[in-house]
Amino acid sequence: MSVKDYIRERFFPHMWCPGCGHGVVLNAMIRAVESLGMSKNEIVMVSGIGCSARISGYVDFHSMHTIHGRALAFATGIKMSRPELNVIVPMGDGDALAIGGNHFLHAARRNIEMTAIVMNNRIYGMTGGQFSPLSGYAAAASTAPYGNIDHGFDIAKLSEAAGATFVARTTTYHVHELSRLIRDAILHEGFSVLEVLTQCPTYFGRYNRAGDAPEMMETYKNRTVAVGSEKKNQDPELIERGVFVKKELPEYCREYEKVIEKNQQKQT
Amino acid sequence: MQGTVKFIQGNEVCVEAALYAGLEFFAGYPITPSTEIAEAMSARLPQIGGRFLQMEDEIASICAIIGASLTGRKVMTATSGPGFSLMQEALGYAVMTEIPCVIVDVQRGGPSTGLPTHVGQGDFNQARYGTHGDHAIVALTASNHQDMFAITVEAFNIAEIFRTPVILLFDEVTGHMREKVVIPEKDEIALVDRLRTSVESGVDYHPYLPREDGRLPMSDFGGVHRYNVTGLYHDMWGFPSDDPKIVYGLIRHLMDKIQNYAGKMTFFRQDYIEDAHTVLVSYGAAARSARHLVENRRKRGERLGLLELQTLWPFPGDVVRKVCKNADYIVVVELNTGQVIREVKLAVDRPERVYLANRIDGQLISPTDIQNILRLLHGKGV
Ligand SMILES: Cc1ncc(C[n+]2csc(CCOP(=O)(O)OP(=O)(O)O)c2C)c(N)n1
Ligand code: SF4
Repeated sequence: MSVKDYIRERFFPHMWCPGCGHGVVLNAMIRAVESLGMSKNEIVMVSGIGCSARISGYVDFHSMHTIHGRALAFATGIKMSRPELNVIVPMGDGDALAIGGNHFLHAARRNIEMTAIVMNNRIYGMTGGQFSPLSGYAAAASTAPYGNIDHGFDIAKLSEAAGATFVARTTTYHVHELSRLIRDAILHEGFSVLEVLTQCPTYFGRYNRAGDAPEMMETYKNRTVAVGSEKKNQDPELIERGVFVKKELPEYCREYEKVIEKNQQKQT
Repeated sequence: MQGTVKFIQGNEVCVEAALYAGLEFFAGYPITPSTEIAEAMSARLPQIGGRFLQMEDEIASICAIIGASLTGRKVMTATSGPGFSLMQEALGYAVMTEIPCVIVDVQRGGPSTGLPTHVGQGDFNQARYGTHGDHAIVALTASNHQDMFAITVEAFNIAEIFRTPVILLFDEVTGHMREKVVIPEKDEIALVDRLRTSVESGVDYHPYLPREDGRLPMSDFGGVHRYNVTGLYHDMWGFPSDDPKIVYGLIRHLMDKIQNYAGKMTFFRQDYIEDAHTVLVSYGAAARSARHLVENRRKRGERLGLLELQTLWPFPGDVVRKVCKNADYIVVVELNTGQVIREVKLAVDRPERVYLANRIDGQLISPTDIQNILRLLHGKGV
């Protein structure tokens, strides 16, 4: 199938700004799904609110565009009642970790099988450039005119501590890696988190003089290294890409199936 | 009525009724005085192959049941005042996306954490006006276990027929009180399932195109029709739209599908109304005291009547107007500073006849409390 078979043309042109990284994630996701050869009917995409959350409308899967921060909670209901479905949950960094922080931690703790993709552009795009929990210390934003004094999270460490059994990070520059990691995350039997460093040239780029989209992607190329790379020792400021956690632990839906099996009264 | 006789708490009655109605999925977060519902669900659901989830909070709980409903399950969550407040945003989402679900609010004294183990009926307005935006909502209640059973089953039927969230506004007294209930035999109460689309795979399916009767045939998520669900104003495919015609059409549809069929969801009891010069209008726990008083006073020949509301929203104004037509005094008995009384005043033709009998101290109003107020009233002492 071609990429076009996976998108809803009725929805286009999309609402993202020129150069926005969210489209790259969409493209990589479609390639990942295609490489897996899954039927579109087996996939449910649940998103919250934000520029990133609009991705669910563009794909020809069962799709749900919900409320800000709660995508994982809606997704949990869907997955629990139809565990055979593949549930993908794309989220913005604010969506996933500010308003949705609690749901994020608990979905990870349960180890419920779904793929959480955090599209981390370090800013609130949709509402016009306010700082997010990932903006980082000293970043500029429309609500941080004197420089941000909030410290950011390390999504990978946070996810691991909360119990996610697959944790990875990449960027919109590394498109092949991105597509491969989405694929691995979907295949993983448990809660998987993939952080994607993505550019918002319109707000983060402009406020922080980070350049236009190509320049921001260039930075991802230059400032990131593969996990375990020697370079990281020499320059601790570099950001690691790749898989941080991949382990097997009992998956939530399967655990519940066991509860049912043990306690279901034999119907006559 | 045939069936199994039980002596249980109201909260347990609600559980039995939900399971009778075909509930398969429950997500919740414990809060007094509703907690027994979650506890019973955790034990009962896996026994029938259903699913119970204890979520991290009430917001997650309502979101999870909305998601599960979309896959074709009958779903419910239960909470009390503060938790119900947390659910409001997602409740609006269920209204907008037309996803059937049942939300139980076992009311306690408020505002805020208020009185966890004491009764109150302060969530009537929250049920209707808690969410932002304009919409219709269905809220039902009951004052005794047998009615609670029937009303709970009815809540599922209405949710499924009209693709709407339905709120069950019980209260601490009815939730915790134990009394007899007869669990009806299977098939004794008719159950309704949502209408599913007959459109075949590969044919353009319009998830948001209402039929003439306002009903929208659904397709289960995970089935053969892939469509979009969004809380934004949307067209018949579920695609976001801000076209004024589409926006107008959708809000009208959301209002009309409830208001035009309000008769089908109006439940109440009326007793001794014919010749009553004073009609007590009440609901939930407060109606138990009102009923006690009316029955006692009737034995002494006093012309008291009772209108017990079971449908709170859409407010049955026509019923109130008709029932109260000939009464000189209309006394609304409720456990708040006066919420239903406002609707009663709007409904009747001479609102100056409407008085309030209430308690707002966490205690159930007693028949004597009501009688004292009536005595003042009849003696024109007010
Ligand atoms: C309850 C609630 N609070 C606030 C908002 C406003 N809001 C919409 S999107 C957004 C943040 C978006 O940022 P992010 O999640 O990082 O996604 P992005 O737009 O950057 O892709 C906010 C605060 C909302 N829609 N709902
Ligand atoms: S505002 Fe930023 S995140 Fe939103 S579409 Fe534009 S570039 Fe992308």
